[in-house]
Amino acid sequence: MSTNVILAASEEGGHQTLTTVLFVGVVLLTVAITFWASRNTKTAADYYAGGRSFSGFQNGLAIGGDYMSAASFLGISGAIALSGYDGFLYSIGFLVAWLVALLLIAELLRNSGRFTMADQLAYRMRQRPVRTAASVSTVVVSIFYLLAQMVGAGALVSLLLGVEGDTLKNLTIVGVGVLMIFYVVVGGMKGTTWVQIVKAVLLMVGTLLISVLVLAKFNFNLSELLGTAASNSGHGQAFLEPGLKYGADFTSKLDFLSLGIALVLGTAGLPHILIRFYTVPTARQARVSVNWAIGLIGSFYLMTLILGFGAAALLSDDQYAKVAESGGNLASPLLAEAVGGGEGSTGGAILLALIAAVAFATILAVVAGLTLASASSVAHDLYANVIKKGEVSGREEVKVARIAAFVIGGVAIALAIPGQSLNVAFLVALAFAVAASANLPALIYNLFWKDFNTRGATWSIYGGLISAVGLVFFSPVVSGKVDPATGESLSLFGTGVDFSWFPLENPGIVSIPIGFLLGWLGTITAKEKADPRKYRELEVRSMTGAGAE
Amino acid sequence: MIERTSAAQDAAYERIHATEEFRTLKKKYLSFVVPVTIGFMAWYLLYVVCSNWAPGFMETQVVGNINVALIFGLLQFVTTFAIAVWYSRFSVKNLDPIADELRAEFDEEITR
Repeated sequence: MSTNVILAASEEGGHQTLTTVLFVGVVLLTVAITFWASRNTKTAADYYAGGRSFSGFQNGLAIGGDYMSAASFLGISGAIALSGYDGFLYSIGFLVAWLVALLLIAELLRNSGRFTMADQLAYRMRQRPVRTAASVSTVVVSIFYLLAQMVGAGALVSLLLGVEGDTLKNLTIVGVGVLMIFYVVVGGMKGTTWVQIVKAVLLMVGTLLISVLVLAKFNFNLSELLGTAASNSGHGQAFLEPGLKYGADFTSKLDFLSLGIALVLGTAGLPHILIRFYTVPTARQARVSVNWAIGLIGSFYLMTLILGFGAAALLSDDQYAKVAESGGNLASPLLAEAVGGGEGSTGGAILLALIAAVAFATILAVVAGLTLASASSVAHDLYANVIKKGEVSGREEVKVARIAAFVIGGVAIALAIPGQSLNVAFLVALAFAVAASANLPALIYNLFWKDFNTRGATWSIYGGLISAVGLVFFSPVVSGKVDPATGESLSLFGTGVDFSWFPLENPGIVSIPIGFLLGWLGTITAKEKADPRKYRELEVRSMTGAGAE
Repeated sequence: MIERTSAAQDAAYERIHATEEFRTLKKKYLSFVVPVTIGFMAWYLLYVVCSNWAPGFMETQVVGNINVALIFGLLQFVTTFAIAVWYSRFSVKNLDPIADELRAEFDEEITR
């Protein structure tokens, strides 16, 4: 009798109730953590860098929580479920990128900066132009990334709750926006970090559970899983080989190469990742945290491979069609339901709700990190060092950072609501391309090239930023791409508008060399030469930690 | 809040920069990271290029349904993990002792 009631409730959408309960649980938990963290946030170093008191392991978890977005959790497993092997190509770029951060950036940045990316870039330069440029680039990268996450959140939550309608989507965007503003304003870096740690643990446990259940269905035989996925996908062996998604023609191959380069070079230039290195006491702990992050992120992407192929292998034709309709986002949630016992079963409802809650926590942690990175840069770089020329107390800086978080969060909400009707998924790839074209060249030159100077820094940042954004503006992403089958527009603008002339959707292969080239050109043409004494100081400080906070 | 270094700090940075130990530290660091970075970037780009332009090679089946493409992709994971461990061991053994010593000298020098 009672089983019948539960079954009936599940069929009526019992998992929706359970999902809602778990969503509320995630919100309450993170709000409590934020209040708890705020009690120990007093100084500017507490607010911006969590008092530099996190261990390498804790920060490694938080980096994972900051980096693994809902796009990688639901998006990559979905891409594998639909396009097979080609979905896996993303995760490899996302992972290998961490070696750039580990070998060239993390420790040196920890020793030579304090709170923001600009601290490092402006170390031996004229403060105002370089900090302005770095801050503009930080805010642009973070807002692009933030918008993609928030628009995705609206669609995702209504998908996970199984409720249609624009009201819920708009409410979700406002709700997510208000929560992220709350974490950042009240909790600062400490609150944000703990939210990210909780999310990373939930995400790892959730994906591990589903992966093991999937593998168990195939007696832990990977080859059998792949074979079933290939035959069920309708593509046969081609499903297990590269080329299903990107292999169409030379342009799409070149586009994939361009994306691959931007992914591998972009990570070490993402401001919300860079500021995480300041939250540990020493450069050695920064190294330890990147190692943990590589371990976590690597294992996570290996599991998305199982989830993606598992979804292709185990879902029924109806369910698989639903995954395709959702653009892949439903692959992991529906797979969780299937391995839990299938549609209508209690186990299925529980696992589906669990994965939905994990996805929700993932969104919250990532948007909080992005808001914090841009608010910190506005307060510390633009307000304190450009406008006030450094004559400002830590207390006032933190106050401005909190106001900035409000404004940036508000702008993100205001842009995300109309943004829902547009295809904004390209913004994540664009954020990586800008980070790789504008930020990474400046960081690398500043650390390793003695002659690099103020003009070189501003030219590489603005040059990389403008070329990456500009090329995408004139690409098929923004106008002129039409689905040959349906005649609908696949671009940001509708059909009939076409001003595209740049053939690639990913600008990295052109804009990254432009960023490096302009950094070099600006440097050699500047009248004002670099100060060799300041570079010697930077070298000693970045490599030994002498004088570092 | 721009950091301004004191005269004592400036002098300490200059002195340390001129030491043999610092030159050794810099040389050891660069002679590790430069070749390794070139190596893993080339290895990664080779993978991307093969995925694009060598379908025949990538679709070769090795064991059951496991083909070269999957093994090549998984090897990228293996090399990433391995390089991270290798670099950390290298640093602990070769870089950290020198950096610690120079940092201690710096702290002593500016508090004198």
